Amino acid sequence: MLLKIDNLYVNYRSYWYTLKVLNGVWLKVERGERVGIIGESGSGKTTLLKTILRILPQNGIISKGEIIYEGRNILKLSDGELAKIRRREIGMIFQDPMAALNPVFKIRDQLYDILKYRMMAEGRNPSSKELYEESLKLFNDVRLPDPDRVLESYPFQLSGGMRQRVMIAMALASAGKLLLADEPTTNLDVTIQDQILKLIHRLVIEKNLSTILVSHALGMVYHMTDKVYVLYAGDIMEEAGTKELFNKPKHPYTQLLIASTPRLSSIGVGEGIKGKLPDYRNPPAGCRFSPRCPYVMDKCINTKPGRIQLNNEHVVSCHLYD
Amino acid sequence: MVVLEKKPLRNLRNLLNNYYIRKILYSIVTLFGISILIFIIARVLPGDPARLALGPRAPEDVVEQYRRLLRLNEPIYVQYFYWLVDVFHGRFGLSLVTFRDVLTDILEFLPATVELIIFTLIIDIIGAFGLGVLSGRRPNSLIDNFVRVFAYVGIAIPSFVWAIILQLVLANWLDLLPAYGRLSLGVEVPRITGLVTVDSLISGNLVAFIDALTHLIIPSLSLAIGCIAQEARILRASLIENVNKDYILNMYAHGIPGSIIFFKYALKPSMIPTVTIMTLDMASMLGNAFLVELIFNWPGLSRYGITAMLRKDLNAIVGVVLVIGLAYTIASIIIDLVVSYLDPRVKYRR
Ligand SMILES: Nc1ncnc2c1ncn2[C@@H]1O[C@H](COP(=O)(O)OP(=O)(O)O)[C@@H](O)[C@H]1O
Ligand code: SF4
Ligand SMILES: [Mg+2]
Repeated sequence: MLLKIDNLYVNYRSYWYTLKVLNGVWLKVERGERVGIIGESGSGKTTLLKTILRILPQNGIISKGEIIYEGRNILKLSDGELAKIRRREIGMIFQDPMAALNPVFKIRDQLYDILKYRMMAEGRNPSSKELYEESLKLFNDVRLPDPDRVLESYPFQLSGGMRQRVMIAMALASAGKLLLADEPTTNLDVTIQDQILKLIHRLVIEKNLSTILVSHALGMVYHMTDKVYVLYAGDIMEEAGTKELFNKPKHPYTQLLIASTPRLSSIGVGEGIKGKLPDYRNPPAGCRFSPRCPYVMDKCINTKPGRIQLNNEHVVSCHLYD
Repeated sequence: MVVLEKKPLRNLRNLLNNYYIRKILYSIVTLFGISILIFIIARVLPGDPARLALGPRAPEDVVEQYRRLLRLNEPIYVQYFYWLVDVFHGRFGLSLVTFRDVLTDILEFLPATVELIIFTLIIDIIGAFGLGVLSGRRPNSLIDNFVRVFAYVGIAIPSFVWAIILQLVLANWLDLLPAYGRLSLGVEVPRITGLVTVDSLISGNLVAFIDALTHLIIPSLSLAIGCIAQEARILRASLIENVNKDYILNMYAHGIPGSIIFFKYALKPSMIPTVTIMTLDMASMLGNAFLVELIFNWPGLSRYGITAMLRKDLNAIVGVVLVIGLAYTIASIIIDLVVSYLDPRVKYRR
C-alpha cells in the first residue's frame, strides 16, 4: 500500500462561517496503481489533492483524519520529512497551469529552484549546468520543443499547451513515486486535450508511477485508470474497479453522472443532474446527496450511510444497500 | 534604393514605439499645457500684480511703467509668446517679489526641497517594505496588529499634524532632535550642490553632515508616515492574498523552503500594487511638503511658492508649478521603470 487516506475532514474557515468540505473521505492507492476521482465541480477534488501534500491555502483546516504514506502519517510528519516527500516522491499537476506558474518569474527561475531542492534532497549540490541538463531531460520527456526559449520565457509568453507541458515537467521533477493530476485538460483547448492526455498516459506507464487522476472527462478516466472513486460534496459515494464502475454503477449519483454524460469523452460531468451542490456552511446531516436523490428515503435525511462492501472491488455508501 | 530611403522613417517609428520616448513626449506636451493653463489662471485672478509688487503708496505712473515692463497691458497670448521666447533662452521671467529671474530663484530654493523629498522617500521605502513584510509574513500576530493600528492612524492624520506632533514631542519635550531649519546655528557648509548632506560630505565636514541629518529626521518622518501607512497596508494585503495563490502552493508542493517562497516568489508580485500606489503618494507628498516646510522653517521652494501666490507673482507661480509638474513626471517615469522590472507583462501590454 502506497497511500491510505482515512476519515479525512477538511474545512475552509472564514471570519463569518466554516465551510465543511471534506466529510470523512477515504482512499487507497496501491503501488503502481492508477486511481481516478470523478465528481462535479465543487465536490472537493482539488481540496483532497492539496491535502495530501499539505498545501491547502491558509484558511483550509484539516480537522480530523489520517493520510498514511508508506506507513507514515503525512499529517504528523516533521517539516524536514515532509520536504523530502514533496521534493522527490509526490508531484502534482495543478488544475490551471496559468494560475500555478508565477507570472513574474521566468520558467527557468521556478524550474531551477524545484530541481535544485530535489537534487539536494538526493544529496547532490547541482551546478547550474546540471540544472540546465536536468531541465532539458524533463522537457524532452514532456515533448516540449525549443527548451532554451521556454526556459527564458515568462508563463504568459507560452501557449496554453506549452504551459501545461511545463507544469507536467515540474510535477514529474518531484514525482518519484506518486503523481497527482488535477483535471490536467480542463483548461486547455479542445484540440490539444488529447495530446496532453496521451502524454500523461505514456509518462505514467514509462516511469511506472502510481497516479491519482482527477478528471471531468469520464472517457479519460475510463481509459487511464484501474480504480475509480466518486466524490460528491466532500463524501466518497462509491469506489470500484474502473470497468465495474462504468458498467455496473451502484450509487444513484454515479448512475446519474454516467447517464448524463452521453459520450464518455464529453466534458461537464454532473451538469445534467437536477439541483446543485449543498451549501457547505450547513450541509445535510445524513447523505449529502439526499436533496437531489430520486430514491431518497427517510433515514437518508439524518443518518449518514456507511461504507458497504458489495464485492472485493466495489464499495458504495448509500442506504439502498444497507 | 527604396529600402534605403525608408530607413530613417522606420527608425523614427521604432523610436516612437518606445514606451519611454512616448512617455517623455507626452510629458512635454502635458507640461506645455500646464504652463498655458497656469499662465492664464494666474493672470485672470483678481488683483493687480504690479500694484501688489510696488505697494499701495507707489505713484500710479511708476506702477503703469512697471505694468508695461511686464507687458501686462498686452493680450494674454502675446504675453505668453514672449514668455515662451524667454523660456527658450533659459529664463523664466522676472519675479515681482525678488526682482530676479524666476529660474535663479528656483535654483536657489529647490535643493532644500529636493533633499527633504529624497530623505522622505528613503524613509518611506524602508518603512513601507519593512512594516508590510513584517505584518504580511505573520497575519494576526502581535506585530501585525500593531502595524494595522499604525496604518489606520497614519493614514487618518494628515502630515502637517504629524509635523506638529513630532516637533512637539521629539524636539520640544524630549529635546532629542532640532525643531527648525536645515543646520544648527554656527554650522556652515559651502554651497556646492545645494544639498547640505551631500555638500558637507564633499567638504569632509562630518559634524555638519550629522547635524544636517538630525534636522532632516522630523520633517521627513512627518511627510513619510502617511505614505508608509498606506503602502505597508497594501503590501500586507497583497502578500496575504498571494501566499494562497496556486503558484505559491505549487512551490510548497515541491518542498521549497518557506523563506525562499515568501521573500522571492510571494514578495515580488506583491510589490507591484505597492509601487504603483507610490506614484500617487508621491504627488501628495509634494503637496504636503509645502505645509511641512512652513512648519519647520525649511528654506525650500514652498515658502517661495506661497509668497508667489499671495503676492500674485505671476512668473514665479508658473515657474513653481512647472517644477512640481516636472518632478512628478520624473518620479512617475522612475516608478514605471521599477514596475516594468517587477512585472514583465507590463512591457508587452504597452
Ligand atoms: N481557499 C478556499 N476558501 C474557501 N472555500 C474554498 C477554498 N478553496 C475551495 N473552496 C470551496 O471548497 C469547495 C470544494 O472546492 P474544490 O476542492 O476546488 O472542488 P473541485 O476541485 O472538486 O471543483 C468549493 O465549494 C469551493 O468553493
Ligand atoms: S443514501 Fe439515500 S439519498 Fe443518499 S444516495 Fe442513497 S438513497 Fe439517495
Ligand atoms: Mg478542482
